[in-house]
Amino acid sequence: MKRKKHWYDYLWIASGLYLVLGFFNILFAWLGIICFITPLLISIISGTKGYCNHYCGRGQLFELLGRRFNFSRNRDIPYWMRSKWFRYGFLAFFMIMFFNMLFSTWLVFSGAKSLREVVTLFWVFKLPWHWASTATVSPWITQFAFGFYSIMLTSTLLGLITMALYKPRSWCVYCPMGTMTQGICKVKYKIQNSK
Amino acid sequence: MRVKKLAVVSEECVACGCCQKECPLGAISIYRGLYAVVDPNKCIGCGKCAKICPASVISIVERKGQNEKEKALV
Repeated sequence: MKRKKHWYDYLWIASGLYLVLGFFNILFAWLGIICFITPLLISIISGTKGYCNHYCGRGQLFELLGRRFNFSRNRDIPYWMRSKWFRYGFLAFFMIMFFNMLFSTWLVFSGAKSLREVVTLFWVFKLPWHWASTATVSPWITQFAFGFYSIMLTSTLLGLITMALYKPRSWCVYCPMGTMTQGICKVKYKIQNSK
Repeated sequence: MRVKKLAVVSEECVACGCCQKECPLGAISIYRGLYAVVDPNKCIGCGKCAKICPASVISIVERKGQNEKEKALV
């Protein structure tokens, strides 16, 4: 029995487009906030992982590349990668790096630091990104865009690596947003059950 | 006594919903963003969910037919 396709089954196009648009104008990186806020809102309001279950374009992209195009070895993910220690540890690391990025944006906003036109991959490797048109906006807006795009590109590359090595949607196992929304659902469930 | 194959989800489930999409009979649902739940009355134990599960937390087990109403979640 074939499942009926919905509009949200094509959100992988938006995810792919997002990464491409960043190459032309880094300011498009701001759109990525949608992928941060929507899952949080869904989990806080409805107490479900509706975003992961239906609307995650990145997950769909990995599934498409891994299954349809056979870019995945389809092996089981190692146990340590699905352990709570690793999942919550990666979430903590991700949050620290996220707030570090916000702090850099603040420094540029306050004038303590000048804008650095680089995209940082895997939190270490700095790629010069001078072709992006950024003259029309304040430097802090551009700085945030560089930082946010770095996070989105790094996490996509990590997802692609684990997609190739293990199962297509292996990223979903340790995705910080997925871990966070599941955590919110757990807390919500406990609060509702204790009443 | 009839032996039935059934998908069983362990508590390490990350509730990503891949299995729910994959199940041809709609036997899997995600319970409140916590974990996947298999309806034993619908599940035929085809194993598609276990194959796709990125966390590899679904296994196909054999159950005696008399327990059809029991929940498959372990």
